[in-house]
Amino acid sequence: MWDNISLLGIAPLLNVQLLLDGILIGAIFALAAYGLALVWGVTNVKNLAQGDFVIMGGYIAYVFSTLGFHPILALPVAAVLMFGFGWLVYRLIIAHVIGRDLFTSLLATFGLALVIQQVLNLIFGPDVQTAESGFDILFLFGGQVTLAEIKLVSLILAGTLAALIVIFMKTSRMGQAIRATAQNARAAKIMGIDTDQVYAFTFALNAAICGAAGVLISMIWVIQPFFGISYSIRSFVIVTAAGLGNLPGVIIAGLGLGAAEQFSGFVLGAEFQQATVVGLLVLVLIFRQLQMRRHRKVVA
Amino acid sequence: MTVARKRRISHAALLGHAAILVFGLVAPFVFPNYTFQIAMLWIMILFALTWDIMGGQMGYNSLGNILFFGAGMYISAVVQIGLVYDVAAYTSAFGGVKVDFTTAQYFTGIALGIVAAAIFCTLIAVIFGSMVFGLRGPYFAIGTLGVALAAGELVGGWDYVGGGGGISMPVYPGEPESRSLFFYSLCFVSAITTFGFLKWLYSGRFQTTINAIRDDEEKAEAMGIRTTRYKVVAWSIAAFFLGISGAIFGNMAGFIEPLEVAFPTVTFGIFMVVMSLLGGKGTLWGPVLGATLFHVIKEVTWTYLLGWQWVALGAIIIVNVVFFQQGILGWAQDKWPEFFGIVVDDKLSAKGAAAREAAE
Repeated sequence: MWDNISLLGIAPLLNVQLLLDGILIGAIFALAAYGLALVWGVTNVKNLAQGDFVIMGGYIAYVFSTLGFHPILALPVAAVLMFGFGWLVYRLIIAHVIGRDLFTSLLATFGLALVIQQVLNLIFGPDVQTAESGFDILFLFGGQVTLAEIKLVSLILAGTLAALIVIFMKTSRMGQAIRATAQNARAAKIMGIDTDQVYAFTFALNAAICGAAGVLISMIWVIQPFFGISYSIRSFVIVTAAGLGNLPGVIIAGLGLGAAEQFSGFVLGAEFQQATVVGLLVLVLIFRQLQMRRHRKVVA
Repeated sequence: MTVARKRRISHAALLGHAAILVFGLVAPFVFPNYTFQIAMLWIMILFALTWDIMGGQMGYNSLGNILFFGAGMYISAVVQIGLVYDVAAYTSAFGGVKVDFTTAQYFTGIALGIVAAAIFCTLIAVIFGSMVFGLRGPYFAIGTLGVALAAGELVGGWDYVGGGGGISMPVYPGEPESRSLFFYSLCFVSAITTFGFLKWLYSGRFQTTINAIRDDEEKAEAMGIRTTRYKVVAWSIAAFFLGISGAIFGNMAGFIEPLEVAFPTVTFGIFMVVMSLLGGKGTLWGPVLGATLFHVIKEVTWTYLLGWQWVALGAIIIVNVVFFQQGILGWAQDKWPEFFGIVVDDKLSAKGAAAREAAE
């Protein structure tokens, strides 16, 4: 471990490499986390199947690439398909969960996560897959830092998506309705907003965002049916650290988490990468407790 | 709804207890081929009962109680091996070196291992309890889930205890029949002890207190209940028994490994929640009933589902949580309250008040 740390000191460009990789992946984490924060803020449902929605999107891209299309083309398709899937899930499960206690939504979506990952496992098998994008690799700093072009492309796509969502939330009729419902569902109802429709749309939108994030993940990283839980945990880490309805916070926390994972993966070894995520979650939760204790409150 | 509970010890209840005891005692002789499955049933009952202390009675839904199961397993393994050999040397051989434990060494090892597992798991619960009990609701559930997942990963990277390769446990000195009987009786005794202890525990103030925490923690605190202390004690009790079960299971399985055997968060860790919910959380018999039903259904149907069993498990969780959260016993209590000795006082209950208002 100490060898690896000193290595970082000897070769400063290694830091650049890790930071770059971390930020490029962290942008996608932030996208999924934003979806979680959206659903959490509007419907008060804590979606533990978040990561599995991401992985589903990834498999849509994978199927696309095996059919001979370019996986980037899967982005709109995955978003539309996942939107429909999210709507269906809302009608079947989430609609019965809204307004119930916290544990109900958590456990129901955990069950959903199990179903999704097992069905994916039955269809695609437990092997690690990736959607080949066919882009080149850029060499920076005289070849010492490598950067896959696809990562840059996905960063741009993720940024564009995030911008589109923000514009949608600010300007469109539905976006305004969503924000109104998040602020006060009762008042929104009195104003004639069909809150049930808003909830369904929000949940479906979240699934679409996750699907798009999954497409990007499948191109720059690997997907596997059981990787979903770590994306769920990542989303929770980011949202817990940033707080609800705090988009800049979500972005910064997402990028930071991506970088932290890359560094810990390098310093401690790849097998500790996931432990780092959950370790960070516990740390964030403890920090929040200490913060709240000052105001004599609990983290709830 | 104001509910007054009357304690009735009827002949039927006594007979029921006796029947279960007799079943537990004769089962391995009547169904010798299913000794392992029935032993697992006792472990499942223990799982559900210990989860329900926090999840059902206190309203703190932990998704990471499996932590203590795995910790108990590893603590017991280290104690058992460490009594006789150097642990690091033993584990690095990955069971390749045949080491013999004498009969005396084996049994002292296992006894000390179980005791150490119970004690250390309780300690872990106290330490983690002070870390996570400022968390409520979803944060508590996610936090405990995170701790259990992290534990599996960390043990997997810890070479002293064999890392991801696991440890082969000491071999039982004796016939296979006596081995399975030995472990069966350990499982049986630990489950019955857990049940008896919880029955005693739930008959006093402790249950009232933790129920108060579940119903309204702020008010409970305002009434002068030291909520944190009760929470830590409740978790320690769960950890104590789970540690014991882990130590027994590790020896029964013969080989332990971090992700599938010791910290199986998505199997055993979720089973305990599902079983309690299925039977009816917040009751003493609910988890027992739920565990029995779940385990029997699982053992009978699992192999016929051809890979769809995990999908079915997820579907069971969803249906159970969304549409049938009160569980079998909760449903029965709603339907026939008199049978459970629950007297609903119409004068005080909200339903009664509404009915009176409507009548006037």
